[in-house]
Amino acid sequence: MSIAVADPRADSGLDLHAPIARTNPVAKLAASTVIALGLLISVDVVTAGVALALEALALPWCGVRPRALLRRGVIVVLGAVPAGVATAVFGEDSGSVLAALGPVSITSGSLLAGAAITLRIFAIGLPGVVLLSTTDPTDLADALAQVARLPARFTLAALASLRLFGLMAAEWRSLSLARRARGIGDSGPLGALRTALGQVFALLVLAIRRATVLATTMESRGFGSRRERTWARESRLHWRDGLLVAGALALTVLAVAAGVRAGTWNPVLS
Amino acid sequence: MPTRPVALRARGWGWRHAGRRAWALRGVDLDVAPGERVLLLGPSGAGKSTLLAACAGLLGPPTRTLTDGVHEHENGGQSVGELTLDGRPAALARVRDRVVAGQLSAATGLLLQDPDAQTVLARCGDDVAFGLENHAVPRHEIWPRVDEALSLVGFRQGRDHPTARLSGGERQRLALAGVLALRPGLLLLDEPTAMLDPDGVDLLRRSVSDVVEATGATLVVVEHRVAAWVDLVDRVVVLEAGGGVIADGPPADVLHRHGAALAARGVWVPAHLPAAPARRRSATAPALLSTQGLDVARPGSRQPAASDVDLQLHGGRAVAVTGPNGAGKSTLAHVVAGLVPPLHGGLVAHEPLARGLGPAPHRWKARDLAARIGTVFQEPQHQFVATTVRDELAVGPHRQRVGETELNARVDELLERLRLGHLARANPFTLSGGEQRRLSVATALATRPGLLVLDEPTFGQDSRTWAELVALLAELLEAGTGVLAVTHDRALVSALADDELVLAPSRRREPAGVS
Repeated sequence: MSIAVADPRADSGLDLHAPIARTNPVAKLAASTVIALGLLISVDVVTAGVALALEALALPWCGVRPRALLRRGVIVVLGAVPAGVATAVFGEDSGSVLAALGPVSITSGSLLAGAAITLRIFAIGLPGVVLLSTTDPTDLADALAQVARLPARFTLAALASLRLFGLMAAEWRSLSLARRARGIGDSGPLGALRTALGQVFALLVLAIRRATVLATTMESRGFGSRRERTWARESRLHWRDGLLVAGALALTVLAVAAGVRAGTWNPVLS
Repeated sequence: MPTRPVALRARGWGWRHAGRRAWALRGVDLDVAPGERVLLLGPSGAGKSTLLAACAGLLGPPTRTLTDGVHEHENGGQSVGELTLDGRPAALARVRDRVVAGQLSAATGLLLQDPDAQTVLARCGDDVAFGLENHAVPRHEIWPRVDEALSLVGFRQGRDHPTARLSGGERQRLALAGVLALRPGLLLLDEPTAMLDPDGVDLLRRSVSDVVEATGATLVVVEHRVAAWVDLVDRVVVLEAGGGVIADGPPADVLHRHGAALAARGVWVPAHLPAAPARRRSATAPALLSTQGLDVARPGSRQPAASDVDLQLHGGRAVAVTGPNGAGKSTLAHVVAGLVPPLHGGLVAHEPLARGLGPAPHRWKARDLAARIGTVFQEPQHQFVATTVRDELAVGPHRQRVGETELNARVDELLERLRLGHLARANPFTLSGGEQRRLSVATALATRPGLLVLDEPTFGQDSRTWAELVALLAELLEAGTGVLAVTHDRALVSALADDELVLAPSRRREPAGVS
């Protein structure tokens, strides 16, 4: 029974002792958020391009080797490239026409906008991929509760339910096999839809049942009482964490400044 | 690590679940002295689990008093009579657990049956520490107590070992360590081995034995399998549904006087084990399906789960597939049943089974497959698709366009044969474990398949359901159906199997689930 949440320590493409990988999960979260907020304000090639370039410079300290990064970031690529292409093809036309087919045309303006969209998704996605790849869910929950002071009930319940997602994937496979064994599932698209809905329902029933037992287990070990709890694993901030957030801030300021300087800065809210 | 053992006392105690008319338990009188070890027996539905949950303080404190000594609780249930731990109400047990000068000792610790649902965190050490953190034990004391609990249950992996890679037996051991770390004075085990294979049962039983020896804690175990626990306990108590305690005394004595009655209600009593049915073997046994050098892999994997399997299945003959967890037994069953394509090698469905559809069952349409090969999954709930028991049985025949009259006749016959008639309108998900198992077998039979593939059909069943299943399978075999059963159950193998295929553990160690 495999678990959906990857175990970062089992991946050879990762070095969890790298300076950035080692920072507190809350610091990594803050750094990615700073960069994302800075880049969300404007869609322009220079800001996004400079941010991405600076991130690439920081990559050697992140502990994610390029191949591992590609494997884990494939979802970002799948989102960024089509979004850029769609913008280039269907986006607002301006400047010289580079190619045209009927009503659809690619102009220098729409091509630049497409490139900006793709670069921006990469620049926002890269820190996210690093965060998720180098952070153990348990450490994240510890940090959210102890450093960010989120309620322990919330973070621990979320952490425990994460484990059940892995079981649900295995359960879904069993449900699919069982439906074939029962003679169901080859009666056209409508029948397939009905089967799928029934299967989702069955999965929910099973998940609720299992979650109920898990809740009993947690409760019988004292979870959910009002009293203060202690933490077996200490999570606290270190000077490295401040450095990471300051670095992210500097990166964002530099990227925006470059955009403004180049005249491409184009805040969406103005 | 001795703990202070807790005394349990019940006087006229009873419980009624929210919205139910009948009492789950009523009039329970019971005294368990500190350090005593008690095995709690009774038919399913006798309220044994409810009693344990009440002792663990999980039913919550009473919120108001209704008429004549009946109290209503937070969860809507009602209680009557008294249930105390060391003279104080068990309902308040959880509220009272506290750390005195950094030394936590909880009143009770509860272990449940589903290993998968009792692991809270991703690393073994963290999982054990979880209860200590909740009880506000200071950090510098947590890790020594985690290590102590892990070594007490004989856990071999380190603190950092991922819980996802544990077998069912190891997982129960870990859950036991999580309970023990709180140093409970009363250890409550609710069918802790029901979902374990024989090795897992052994592993856990040894752990529990070591633990009660070392801590001196009071022990109350609920189990159907008497043999595993009888040597460990001082007393056996028998509960009757809604009727309180009907027998209480030394194990040999209680089992001698009540053994036959308990066995008739499904308890596995050593001297009253169900007998294997006599079976006439027919002279002709047509070949149904054979494999040669077959490799099988779990869905989405290219790594063989079992390799080089040679297997011959014939009508009227039963093959048992056995072997350790992770040897690929279930995967092999899924491939033979036409649910998953083979990885390499030959698998041929012969004409008496294929009836014109070609030799590769995984290429058959689902509807045609169900008419030829019936599959019974380890977890009955996985194969339920309808909202009533009756509709559930009609699904297969209906898909094959069996006529109305014939369909009703088949469904009625199965309802009758598997004692499900009174449940015809019930939702399959609401049935008890034994009823669900009988229904899952009935659904596979409704399409009259020539080959029946069963994955751990007797797993976790009481002795009565076991005897019924074995009798039914013997009947099917006499009628010429071929049977392949994946099982850990030696009694099933010796009762039915004509051949046994023992799968070796796979070379690469897989994360072993409950096979």
